[in-house]
Amino acid sequence: MGHRRVSPPGYKSGAGDWSDMDRVAIIGASMTQFGQRDEWVADLLSEAGAACLRDGGVAPDEVEHLYVSNMASGEFEGVSGVMNRLAHDLGALPAYTQRVDQTSSSGGAGIYAAWQSVASGASDLTMLVGGEKMTHRSTAEATDVIASLTHPVEYKHGVTLPSFAGLTARHYLDRYDAPRESLARVAVKNHRNGVDNPHAQFRKEVDLETVMGSPVVADPLRLYDFCPITDGSAALLLCPESVAAEYTDDYSVVTGIGGATDTHVVHEREDPTVMGGVVESSREAYAMADRDPDDVDVAELHDMFTILEFLQSEDLGFFEKGRGWKAVEDGVTDRDGELPINTSGGLKSKGHPLGASGVAQAYEVHRQLTGDAGNRQVEADVGLACNVGGFGNCVITTVMEAA
Amino acid sequence: MTDEPRFEAHRCPNGHVTYPGHTLCPECGEPQTETIDLVDRTATVVTWTTSTATPPGVREPNHIAIVAFDVAGETVRAIGQLTTDGIAVGDEVRPVYAEQLRDPAEGIRHPDSQAWDGFRFEPVE
Repeated sequence: MGHRRVSPPGYKSGAGDWSDMDRVAIIGASMTQFGQRDEWVADLLSEAGAACLRDGGVAPDEVEHLYVSNMASGEFEGVSGVMNRLAHDLGALPAYTQRVDQTSSSGGAGIYAAWQSVASGASDLTMLVGGEKMTHRSTAEATDVIASLTHPVEYKHGVTLPSFAGLTARHYLDRYDAPRESLARVAVKNHRNGVDNPHAQFRKEVDLETVMGSPVVADPLRLYDFCPITDGSAALLLCPESVAAEYTDDYSVVTGIGGATDTHVVHEREDPTVMGGVVESSREAYAMADRDPDDVDVAELHDMFTILEFLQSEDLGFFEKGRGWKAVEDGVTDRDGELPINTSGGLKSKGHPLGASGVAQAYEVHRQLTGDAGNRQVEADVGLACNVGGFGNCVITTVMEAA
Repeated sequence: MTDEPRFEAHRCPNGHVTYPGHTLCPECGEPQTETIDLVDRTATVVTWTTSTATPPGVREPNHIAIVAFDVAGETVRAIGQLTTDGIAVGDEVRPVYAEQLRDPAEGIRHPDSQAWDGFRFEPVE
């Protein structure tokens, strides 16, 4: 106890009054096996989409809007128009389709688009499918596809997303006097959680010594501080809450959502340890949901690198700035802790198929809120997902609640 | 007047300085109207990393730092390769021009879409 931060005033004072709105429900969810898959992106999307329709008890031709979250099907395999093909392959014609690219946060951005489509009344039944096919590329090639999001002054120096993580981790450890081992504990925790996730890429515990002894990738970060390269897909079905019960008793509700953009040039941020997009998007999401950070019972954070779990847990208001590492060391974020973080295993052990990740975060929170998380189940009425694109360049935070 | 390579930060009429430049100042939205050459200045290392898993066409290992220049009381940060390892946070460095920082033919980005020369940072003895 005593770790959770007392929420500052202002979290509930956002603009907009959402209290009279017909809220947006999630009535179905699915995810494929994450890992190294033989299928290409179109088949991964189809697999998750078909499973999601079954989960929601929805016929394909009921889908009015179909969103596909995907960062780079063109760059990875030379395919575009994946959203149109998916609608055809699933028998969802003539649904309106749109592909959403928001780099690593394409999934969260897809949730925002899908939420908007239902909240606005434009669609009464929306499906979101996120997916990416990456493992046919070498690590160097996949790293370059992702690094293509950087500004030219970064790209020409060979700066990659892992290098940003190394630069930020060194700064954080120095500034807050945090031990290098505290980062390793994020990997240990998330790997332990992943053991109980049948869809995870890695279902294997690692110990502190293994993490600390793994090869350096971006000093001071080592191999186990990084998520793997992954193929996979995940999907959600959304409709107005007023009709959700016609489909299922086990639905969750998106009660708050917000998105924000930080500097595209990472070194221009005044404080390298603050993710402005997390601060701003969560402020909006909390305000819409009329919730405080203290209300959150379970959270899925974007642990593409271990250091990001510290930064997000602080910038979401769970812990004081510079104290996120201590909360992990003290077990606060363990599955049986006060605030379980990444019960799914996180990107770290579940894997990170770019466009799928944000959708898979919501899949996990949905399962937790509907009491369907199996061995990973925790007590939760309010869940949160934070999906990060670039190195915090763009962020979507979603608050979800049990019906 | 000269063909010497410049390391340009950009300033708006309200005195905000950025590297690189932007169409409108990120602080106040005014057009950036002035450039400041950082080439003869020194900077302080804010943080550094050595990347051992680099993309095609990038040197390996790749030593990289974020550094801070002081321009008339305004802090201007930049990122760039280091000429050497063994750098520490707080060290003083100076920019050194390099004609090609990575091989443009190897990466995913079109070679003609951006510049590939720039400045590395070397320690000031």
